[in-house]
Amino acid sequence: MKPFTYERATSPAEAAAAAARRPGAKFIAGGTNLLDLMKLQIETPAHLIDVNGLALDKLEPTPEGGLRIGALVRNTDLAADQRVRRDYGVLSRALLAGASGQLRNKATTAGNLLQRTRCPYFYDTNQPCNKRQPGSGCSALGGFSRQLAVVGHSEACIATNPSDMAVALRALDAVVETVKPDGTTRGIPIAEFHRLPGDTPHIETALEPGEFITAVTLPPPAGGRHVYRKVRDRASYAFALVSVAAVVQRDGTGRVALGGVAHRPWRVEAAEAEVPRGARAAMAAILANARPTHENAFKVTLAERALHAVLAEARG
Amino acid sequence: MKFDTPATTNPIDQLKVVGQPVDRIDGRLKTTGQAPYAYEHNDAVRDHAYGYVVGAAIAKGRITGMDLRAARAAPGVLAVVTAENAGALGKGRMNTARLLAGPEVDHYHQAVAVVVAETFEQARDAAQMVQVSYAGAEGAFDLAAARDLAEKVDQSASATGDFEGAFATAPVQLDATYTTPDQSHAMMEPHASIAAWDGDRLVVWTSNQMIEWGAGDLARTLNMPREKVRLISPFIGGGFGGKLFLRTDAVMAALGSRAARRPVKVALQRPLMINNTTHRPATIQRIRIGTGRDGRIVAIGHESWSGDQPGGGPETAVDQTRLLYTGANRLTQLRLAVLDLPEGNAMRAPGEAPGLMALEIAMDEMAEKLGMDPVEFRVINDTQVDPNDTSRPFSRRQLVECLRTGAEQFGWSRRSARPGQAREGSWLLGMGVAAAFRNNLVMTSGARVRLDGRGEVTVETDMTDIGTGSYTIIAQTAAEMMGVTIDKVTVRLGDSSFPASAGSGGQWGANSSTAGVYAACVKLRNAVARKLGFNSADAVFEDGQVRAGNRSVTLAEAAGGEGMVAEDAIEFGELSKRFQQSTFGAHFVEVGVDAATGEVRIRRMLAVCAAGRILNPKTARSQVIGAMTMGVGGALMEELAVDTRRGFFVNHDLAAYEVPVHADIPHQEVIFLDEVDPMSSPMKAKGVGELGLCGVAAAIANAIYNATGVRVRDYPITLDKHLDRLPELA
Repeated sequence: MKPFTYERATSPAEAAAAAARRPGAKFIAGGTNLLDLMKLQIETPAHLIDVNGLALDKLEPTPEGGLRIGALVRNTDLAADQRVRRDYGVLSRALLAGASGQLRNKATTAGNLLQRTRCPYFYDTNQPCNKRQPGSGCSALGGFSRQLAVVGHSEACIATNPSDMAVALRALDAVVETVKPDGTTRGIPIAEFHRLPGDTPHIETALEPGEFITAVTLPPPAGGRHVYRKVRDRASYAFALVSVAAVVQRDGTGRVALGGVAHRPWRVEAAEAEVPRGARAAMAAILANARPTHENAFKVTLAERALHAVLAEARG
Repeated sequence: MKFDTPATTNPIDQLKVVGQPVDRIDGRLKTTGQAPYAYEHNDAVRDHAYGYVVGAAIAKGRITGMDLRAARAAPGVLAVVTAENAGALGKGRMNTARLLAGPEVDHYHQAVAVVVAETFEQARDAAQMVQVSYAGAEGAFDLAAARDLAEKVDQSASATGDFEGAFATAPVQLDATYTTPDQSHAMMEPHASIAAWDGDRLVVWTSNQMIEWGAGDLARTLNMPREKVRLISPFIGGGFGGKLFLRTDAVMAALGSRAARRPVKVALQRPLMINNTTHRPATIQRIRIGTGRDGRIVAIGHESWSGDQPGGGPETAVDQTRLLYTGANRLTQLRLAVLDLPEGNAMRAPGEAPGLMALEIAMDEMAEKLGMDPVEFRVINDTQVDPNDTSRPFSRRQLVECLRTGAEQFGWSRRSARPGQAREGSWLLGMGVAAAFRNNLVMTSGARVRLDGRGEVTVETDMTDIGTGSYTIIAQTAAEMMGVTIDKVTVRLGDSSFPASAGSGGQWGANSSTAGVYAACVKLRNAVARKLGFNSADAVFEDGQVRAGNRSVTLAEAAGGEGMVAEDAIEFGELSKRFQQSTFGAHFVEVGVDAATGEVRIRRMLAVCAAGRILNPKTARSQVIGAMTMGVGGALMEELAVDTRRGFFVNHDLAAYEVPVHADIPHQEVIFLDEVDPMSSPMKAKGVGELGLCGVAAAIANAIYNATGVRVRDYPITLDKHLDRLPELA
């Protein structure tokens, strides 16, 4: 861990301004991902801005009938909230499928959105990684890729996004609210929030330098049956091989987002017309552009079969 | 005491304390956090500094330069030790690769430096400033690719009758190849040591299963006299074979301490452990079984390939096949390839654990070919003698009883012989069985026993307790022998200044170390009797008193003010050569396999064990259920992923190297058959801890097959290996 300086933010706008003033600054909330990465010197922030004191830990209804989730709402609290359980069940289920009770008690909504990949080559500072060291190459390509992306990846990076929560938010059409260092605010649709790796896998989100997440807003409830199915090698405390977040209506139409397959939660709206025709047709469309490696080709079959189970559960 | 004739009746047979489910005597210390582990001896060591180990960034090659200026100039740094300034180092007898690289690098994350600083954080920060340049060399990292270059090893090789001829003409044949992956011990407590020099004498508080080996190898490595090294390891947070040997934490702490002129503590950081220390090597195993139409084995052959560093050894995966089943024509053979992956060595029932993973699937496949029940197929191929030398009986062998008892208790008759038939909602259900087998090893073991003026007993031996319950069974042994209650016994372990013991490994520890305590207690009893003028054969030690005829003296009086002390060791003679000593069991497992995703979830597990006298059914049960949990790991998830281009285990932390979590483990049952084995020791006990693991993974594999009808021969059985062969979804 590199020595760093530290301050406590006094307001969201001030946090953003402070980050812009100090190149190499990072926000810290729960610290469940950042501190680990700092110990390994994968993250080497020169300055930490502690945002835990900001009053961003509330869940409140929006005028449109949706729900505004403060950036600092802990994963445990978000999963347990009555409104979330009733109206956005896929989100509650996704959260509870992730990490452990202890981690969810610390981890925040914004921090979860910003967690970094678990690609094992990213985690080993002796290995080339374009995410860690832009331009150094991707050692995962042609290496141990069983867990890695099957779609949307590039020659520069085949990492996946590890979040469960973000997959549910993608299915729910959430909007990420931010404040920039100049004090202006904006809402970033979740579809645009996480980027594909392209040539710049180290740039993972649409956030501008210093831009600070204040909340995540959910639109009014979409109804339907909410299912989150996470498939992994052990029963708990493991990242998804494939996960499926689905909101399925009585008429068989629905939205489907996948985790564990790409650099961001993977949803193809145009493919959702196929959902009423069943898992095979839907997944063929959702993963039409899949280019799996030899080691992770099973994820394509697995995604289809998992969706099959999800649709059966939604019908049942 | 020499043990070379079968044990007759002795005070242990009273079973007032031994054989009882006594709570761990160290339990309170552990649950209240007061048991000091290797990194925590802060009362014994003051003013210590911290060392942080730098691991090699390449798998094979040469260090061409090191720039230590930034590290040395970093805040708090006291010393940086590398091969350049460490002085001449030897190599431990039990080590294959050197514990400090330079200039040659033998494997990934081999230590290249230790940075010593005032605080842990300073040491870690400075360690990351050590700049090393390397010239990489080509290496061999792929066992499958190196298979044809592997050479035959004499160890474990056997040939009885005419295997090839008998197999070729056998009416029913199986010829199948299985693979097991590299695996990591993944114990909770990392390798950790605190070293302190006093002149030319060195004391190391460490976490090590084998104190005598460790002290000897540390002296050899540092080129110093053995008697100037003291190792202290009273509590060990798991070892599983990963702490059988001297590792770099102890060496780096000693070198760092010498350089910094301060006590130094070093713990291996988790991401370094997997490639820096030892692991269980991967195997490729070919098994051939030939039977008559009646299911009797006429030919059984087991060959295994594994790799290791130059000068290393094979995974002895064929050992059980020499002894487990009958058959006049037999072949076992190991082959070893040179690989430049980190050093392979013992882990959790080495040999039998991976060997049975293959053999017991093969037995299941063979039973199916024969149309026989897998339990019956094993039963009819039982043997009560060493099949390679039929004049040599097993000392005690209850494999058939284990299988029969387990089948009855588990409800085996409800299993469908045809796979893929049982279903519950979205789950495909299956049951599997496997035999368990592990040889019983015996090792010389010494102890010192003191009786003090309060009538209390203290046992000292360098035996270790790796979480197994050694403290407790040793206390039970001394209490039984001296006729006192267990609260009058103090046990002190894990110090090389105590008599050398068997140590903990290969499931030899419990039987051997308690037999050593028995020997010392016999000597002490004789001395007490002699002192009191009793005929030692008549003296009865009971209720804190010694009685002979109508005379009775308290132990406190007998000991007198100065107390009495006796030291002895148990030494084992030829009995283990005349009689094959092994432990037996049967594992039964029920699994559910998700029909859509192929995820496997264990539903029930049962182990039936026949392993001599069970010294403490409570601690023994804990060992067995822990071992069964390891079996779940081996069957379903544990695998070190090899990057065959870069030559290292990629998933080198506990997020990526998965072991079972609570949610993976269902209800586990353990049955110990009533057994005493007078050939094994005066305790009539045998090892049991590793038996609990042997066969588990195959029982799970067989249950998965029974559920799905898809046979997977490559461990771990992750869902991707059967997903595309599962039934179409409706």
